[in-house]
Amino acid sequence: MFEAIFVLAALAIAFGLLLGYSAIRFKVKGDPVTDKIDAILPQTQCGQCGYAGCRPYAEAIANGEADINQCPPGGKVVIQALADLLGRDPVPLNEENGQHAEKTIVHIDEQLCIGCTLCIQACPVDAILGAAKQMHTIIDSECTGCNLCIAPCPVDCIYIVPVKRDISQWRWPRPETELEKPEADKS
Amino acid sequence: MKRLLRHFHGGLRLPEHKKISMQELISEAPIPPRLILPLQQHIGEPAESLVSIGERVLKGQMIAEAKSFVSVPVHASTSGRIICIENRPIPHPSGLNAPCIILEADGKDETIDMQAHDYHHMEPAELRHLLRDAGIVGLGGAGFPSFIKLNPGPGNRVNTLLLNGAECEPYITCDAMLMQQRPHEIIKGLLVMKQALQAEHCIIAVEDNKRLAYTTLVNALEEHQPHKIEIIQVPTLYPTGGEKQLIKVVTGVEVPANNRPVNVGIVCHNVATAAAVYDATQGQPLISRVVTVTGDAVKHPRNLQVRFGTPFRFLLDQCGFDERAEIDLIMGGPLMGFKIADQQVPVIKTSNCVLSLKREPRRPAMPCIRCADCVLVCPVQLLPQQLYWYARAQDFDRIQDYHLFDCIECGACAYVCPSHIPLVNYYRFAKTEIWAQEEEKKKADLARQRHEFRQYRLERGKKENEERRQRKKELLKKTGNKSDDRDAQKTAIEAAMARVQARRAEQEQQRKNTDNLNLAQKKVIEEIEARRKKTND
Repeated sequence: MFEAIFVLAALAIAFGLLLGYSAIRFKVKGDPVTDKIDAILPQTQCGQCGYAGCRPYAEAIANGEADINQCPPGGKVVIQALADLLGRDPVPLNEENGQHAEKTIVHIDEQLCIGCTLCIQACPVDAILGAAKQMHTIIDSECTGCNLCIAPCPVDCIYIVPVKRDISQWRWPRPETELEKPEADKS
Repeated sequence: MKRLLRHFHGGLRLPEHKKISMQELISEAPIPPRLILPLQQHIGEPAESLVSIGERVLKGQMIAEAKSFVSVPVHASTSGRIICIENRPIPHPSGLNAPCIILEADGKDETIDMQAHDYHHMEPAELRHLLRDAGIVGLGGAGFPSFIKLNPGPGNRVNTLLLNGAECEPYITCDAMLMQQRPHEIIKGLLVMKQALQAEHCIIAVEDNKRLAYTTLVNALEEHQPHKIEIIQVPTLYPTGGEKQLIKVVTGVEVPANNRPVNVGIVCHNVATAAAVYDATQGQPLISRVVTVTGDAVKHPRNLQVRFGTPFRFLLDQCGFDERAEIDLIMGGPLMGFKIADQQVPVIKTSNCVLSLKREPRRPAMPCIRCADCVLVCPVQLLPQQLYWYARAQDFDRIQDYHLFDCIECGACAYVCPSHIPLVNYYRFAKTEIWAQEEEKKKADLARQRHEFRQYRLERGKKENEERRQRKKELLKKTGNKSDDRDAQKTAIEAAMARVQARRAEQEQQRKNTDNLNLAQKKVIEEIEARRKKTND
């Protein structure tokens, strides 16, 4: 009987040590789920979800603190992708966070700009070019359309404009047949 | 030697409607008063304008140059004056406008000095350069710059150069007529292409419903001995004219998905492209093409040699267009073509056919009954009903598992669908959506990168400030800020105050701008001072 106890105890210790060692040796750095969620989010960095940016929101979802329906720029597509990733049911967008809308960018009216740099400080992706008392301008291709620069502007010279689409970016419309009437939300 | 022909999967036998436009030889279309030349008439990046408004240009002069690799220049189709460069409707399924150069013809049709090149002694790279400068793109309908397809690339050896004369889509006859009328140019162009590719042998494939074109080519070939050119007839079946389908029929080789034919040692070009290549070696850039003008609303259907930039409406009027007819105007064939909303759009390099079809009441789409008729006809062996299902559900991951991007949009599935579902439109919708999503993803990655760098920068700034403060504190501690030298501090403060006082007094003095006054001014000041004294008293 003692042999059996001894053998089992030895085995338990051996495996325990092995497991303990591998837990340290093969520890996963960072949170892979957060990275995956972050990859799905549109990176607008607008903060409409209630978090400081897309990464903090991704962390909140990963920790179970936030729901997957708080990203208005992402809309239905992002909710669906998050639901697929996390194995949850898709839910409609939380109206409290805002409405889904087509992507826009902003423009600075350069005649009115006084060069206060407040918008530069607000821009989460460094898409505004300018210096103190110098005219500022937006780099169109970098602007995510978060609109965070509009509120700080003391002279209200920042406007929302639609994204310019040329013929190469044109998309075929979804065929609408009599059978299936166009849905209200086709995002 | 009789070549053993293979079959591709599926395919359709369609009513041809080809005879109506083959009653007459190709004739030269008149030059319209104004030509609209889009800067993009090909796949790739648009060309960039070289001309200014008011400039006079000659026929064949380069008016827009290719700035990036996948691009070709645009040439003036006739002589005249540039009157503006602006956005105009172009033949595109979107019906959107794009930048065009508008050329007012002067009727003289003066040509630049066109010099024939001795192509027999040119290096392949030189030939490609020549063809690029001549603005040559695939004239079969896709419009991919030909010089790129004539470059096998490192590590690829071209075994077979296949010339596509299948022209399988109903109504279109421009290639058939060209083969009947200009067989020598086609063969000579083919030899130039062969030289550029260093190909071993050449095949011209013609569908067996074009007997006359076939016999003309065979007769013409006898004059071009010695050569390694084979002319073969392939069975008439839609879509034999598809590049990968024709390769399968002629050589039995199936080009793998996501691969180009050159990867299996085959290059395929259109017969009209070959003729254009020959013209380029004679010094003439691509400024016109054969266009089939046909359909229900055209009294006099035929093939015309049309200058690029000719408005569709002008061309239709040459062929007895009935403007009151209820028609859909289509560029291309009835299956792969697309509707044109504006009749003023110009003929461009990819316009092989201007087709007017009687507008038929749209048959309502019914639910998919999963009859799998579409599966039977699909030339790429896809599952169209599955693709439809996922496109409708906008499940763009699953649709790619079903190889959406191998679809050649031939329209055979939609043609046979008993429920009249516009299947191809669903696939086109899904393709463009996926491309747009990929584009958005790229932008999102860029935004993430920039945001992370900004965070890092702010963090770094904060840390540096903190460190600086820390250093100062320590420095202060070292030099000592003790209570026993209060007196020293006091004297320092007093000295500073005295300095400030002195400076203030000096400024006060300076502010009185009473130097260099003339007598009158002094008098006025004295009067004021006197008044002030009086009131003070």
